[in-house]
Parts: sequence; structure tokens; C-alpha cells
Amino acid sequence: MMVAAIRPDAWNLPLLVHVTGAMLLVASLGVVLALMAGSLRWGEHAEVLTGLAFRASLVGVLPAYVVMRAGAEWIASEAAWGEPAWIGIGFVTADGGLLLAIIATVLAWRAARRGAHGPAGAGRAVVGLSIVMLVAYAVAIWAMTAKPA
Amino acid sequence: MSLYEWLLFFHVLAAFLFVVGLVAYGVLVLAGGGVAVRRALGPAAIGLWNAGGIGVLVLGIGLALEVDAYALWDGWILAAIVLWLVASAAAGPLGRGLRSGGAPPDAGRARLLLAVMALATTALLIDMIVKPGA
Repeated sequence: MMVAAIRPDAWNLPLLVHVTGAMLLVASLGVVLALMAGSLRWGEHAEVLTGLAFRASLVGVLPAYVVMRAGAEWIASEAAWGEPAWIGIGFVTADGGLLLAIIATVLAWRAARRGAHGPAGAGRAVVGLSIVMLVAYAVAIWAMTAKPA
Repeated sequence: MSLYEWLLFFHVLAAFLFVVGLVAYGVLVLAGGGVAVRRALGPAAIGLWNAGGIGVLVLGIGLALEVDAYALWDGWILAAIVLWLVASAAAGPLGRGLRSGGAPPDAGRARLLLAVMALATTALLIDMIVKPGA
């Protein structure tokens, strides 16, 4: 049996903002991945699917990242944990993820511009980057819950 | 890692999958795109919503049993189970429409079901973070 850690009430709102942003970020990435993979698989639907994947990246992934990151800064300032390893893992995956998310959004735009010709290499790169980000965020979720060191 | 940490990690991971499923349903209902989007997102929406939902419930009950300070009959845990049931009940008709490949629920009803799923899931998340009465 285990005694749960008691969290101060003042942390609830920033934690809610952070977790909501993180969930929407992962969800948007999952949608982008499914749509772009679908456009590679079913070429006859490429124009619709790549266009939607780009929009999901632009109005889903990037705004959700901002909410997640702002929530992270907010709760870190409230809690004053210092810099344990699990926070370092969170910041590395978040900051690295932003760069990859921007690159993926630009590539999704390029894929969408190809229209009915199919997403080609740009689409495959978006799929690859999305998988890398989702794996990194799974590691971040592990770090946030297990809090190693 | 302790059993508590494993349970918490997979519980939170399942919650993320649940929300991926919800957002995929949202795109299906709100963004249009017809058959193409249904083919690309339908299986992901159904699979992730169902897998995440079962994981959240089972692992959440596991956490309630593992942690001394929690009991299954705590108000915030009972509220979470009710919210989970509400969200799942709303998702049922949407999922059935996608699985059968037939006509989905009409647009107005689909939006209503999606709104119930989204509100119940949001309330569930708030309940899990605030843990009122814990």
C-alpha cells in the first residue's frame, strides 16, 4: 500500500492548464499522424487528408504546445522544485518537441500544397517526426508521473 | 519503480489515449471530409477511445486500491466513474455508426454526443486533478 502525495490547492489550476495543454498536444499530434499516414496510404484522398493534417498541426499542435509550456512554467514557479532530473526531461522533450513541431508543420504545409499529387517525402517526414514526438512525450509522461531522482 | 508509480504512469498514459480518441472523434464530427477522413481517423478514434477508456478505469481502480488515502467509495472517485459512464454512453452511438460503415448519426445529434463526451471528459480531468474531498 502507498500513501499518496498531497498537493497544495494552489497547484491545481496551473497543473490543469499544463495537463490539458499536454493532452491536446498529444491528441493533435496523433490526429496529424493518422491523417498524414492515411494520405500516404490512400492517394485518392490525399488532397483532403493532407489539407486537414496541416490545419490540425497549425491550429491544434502549436497552440496546444503554448498552453502546455505556459502551464509548465506556471506550476514550476509555484512549486519551486529546483531542477531535478524529471523536470530536466520535461524541458528537453518540450523544447526539442517545439522545434520538431514547427518543422512538421512546415512540411505538412508543403505536403498540402502538392494537393492531389500526394504528400510524397514531406508527408513521410511528417509521419516520422510525429512518431518521434509521440515517443518523446511518452517518456515525458513517464518522467512527470514517476519523477525519477 | 514502485507498483504505485507504474499504475500512475499507465493510468495517465491511458488518459492521454482517451483524449486522442476524443479529439479524433471531434475532427470526424466537426471537420467534415467525408469518407476520406472516416477511413483515416475512424479506427484510431474508436480504438484509442476504447483502449484509453478501459485503461483509465481499470488502472484508476487499481490506484484506488493501492493507495491508503483513497477508497473506491470516495466522492471524487465515484464522480469520476459516473463521468466515465456518461462519456462512454455518449461515444457508443458515434462508434457504432463508424464501425458499421453505414450512415453516421445526423450532424446535430453527432455534435450533441461529442459535446457530452467533451464536457464529461473535461469534468473528469478536473475531478482527477482537484480530487475534491480527498
